[in-house]
Amino acid sequence: MAVEEKLTTTRFNVDIKPHIRINTEMCESCQEQACLYICPAQNYILSDNKITFSWQGCLECGACRISCTKGAIDWSYPRGGFGVFLRYG
Amino acid sequence: MIREKFDVVIVGAGPAGSTAALALAKAGLKVAIFERGEQPGGKNMFGGVLYHADALIELIPDFWEQAPIERYVTRHDLIFLTDSASFSVSYKDDEFGHLPYNGVTLLRSKFDPWYASQAETAGAFLIPETLVDDFIWDGDRITGVSTQRTDGAVYADVVIAADGANSLLARKAGLRKEFTKSSFAVAAKELLSLPADVIEARFGLAGGEGVAQSFIGEATRGMEGGAFIYTNKSSLSLGVVVRLNSLQNRKISIAEVLDKFKNHPHVKPAIADATLKEYSGHLIPEEGFNMVPRLYDNGLLVVGDAAGFLVSTGLTLQGMNYAIASGFAAAQAVLVARQKGDYSSKGLACYQDLLKNSYVLKDLKAFKHAPGFLANPRIYELYPSLVCGVSGRIFQVTGHPKKKFLSLIRAEMKGKISLLRLIKDIIQAGRALIWP
Repeated sequence: MAVEEKLTTTRFNVDIKPHIRINTEMCESCQEQACLYICPAQNYILSDNKITFSWQGCLECGACRISCTKGAIDWSYPRGGFGVFLRYG
Repeated sequence: MIREKFDVVIVGAGPAGSTAALALAKAGLKVAIFERGEQPGGKNMFGGVLYHADALIELIPDFWEQAPIERYVTRHDLIFLTDSASFSVSYKDDEFGHLPYNGVTLLRSKFDPWYASQAETAGAFLIPETLVDDFIWDGDRITGVSTQRTDGAVYADVVIAADGANSLLARKAGLRKEFTKSSFAVAAKELLSLPADVIEARFGLAGGEGVAQSFIGEATRGMEGGAFIYTNKSSLSLGVVVRLNSLQNRKISIAEVLDKFKNHPHVKPAIADATLKEYSGHLIPEEGFNMVPRLYDNGLLVVGDAAGFLVSTGLTLQGMNYAIASGFAAAQAVLVARQKGDYSSKGLACYQDLLKNSYVLKDLKAFKHAPGFLANPRIYELYPSLVCGVSGRIFQVTGHPKKKFLSLIRAEMKGKISLLRLIKDIIQAGRALIWP
């Protein structure tokens, strides 16, 4: 099952305002691109040699914040009450 | 504007924060506990097993009767996996099924709200849907927190940071350096629903009993980490945990690791026909004692995952019990500081002493070499296949004359690992886990 499909089982209260912002210009010179592998939601995707990102399915683990050595990720939690809401945990 | 002032502000209504809130509210203090989720537990997931913690019984004497637990864990399985073989070590103890339980499985969406409600009943103010984004400082002293609400400043004599593995607050207070990816693992987990009787039949459990299974080797494609299956009442918690730097080096996605594990021939039958109920991810601090930050400052204490209180031995992963014990110690420290009227670093320093004298820092210190040992790539790449290979040679009947076991072991080791290397690894394992 694709992660996208798995994420349909997870409840989100998506904020219109992104809680994570990416400076994708910095990504262009990045050799590591750890974000492609460490994100359980696979929110970082490489297409045409460019990293694209969506915050809607973010599981708020923080793995990308720690993994990005370029400092390209401006990371914060979603506003109170927004974001992922686990019904089982 | 009225200046909102509490005795204690706690950030995060997980097990560490709620323990501190419960203990302090019981002692008659005015306590506020902030939770960024819609309700406690909404952001939390774990494997997992809640292991015995004295503080729970001290705070809630009928804890085991009241708490929403799933199953009591009577069996622990450690399973080495290759592509097609597995080698299991299993320990089952019926005593683990008697009160007080050694460990129980639970769902955080049920447990965390229930536990926080205990603190509320004792008089703590739970403030959900509120993100604390910074401290309020008076010189070098923390005097409160700022939230994103209108008039969002809340003051307190002392703040307890129980804000989880990422602990942005401990970083903001300057108690720790920025993290590196070698210190953390990421987990991807599925909550799979199955009828209770099917779970009991497949895993060989009596009603109410549960099992905790850890998988090493092919479970993570040979990367540093492991996989797990825990039995809940009528669901399984199944997931994989891999170090961030391993994923990056091997260029394999954590989601891919999870899928491969689920499709392993020795795992697939256990989860056949199960329905995915929820997919989640989480960060796990894995460096134990070596990553514990400074634990207190003027007007501040750090507890639980925020303080990196987690012990991974490769056999068990314990965190929630340390979270609870550290929340309890923080509450005791606040009461001592309150008596002296001194919430400075000096007044709160007894927190560290309380932890040093409890199993929290004793365990972390005792197993401080475990993270180094567990960073040995051969544990994941080589030893599972070695153990399975030797077992295969022992059990296989070929019609040729059978050699004694030492020759079989030597034959299996040939070209894979030298005797010297093996002895060195055994010594490292001994230093990390076995001898004092």
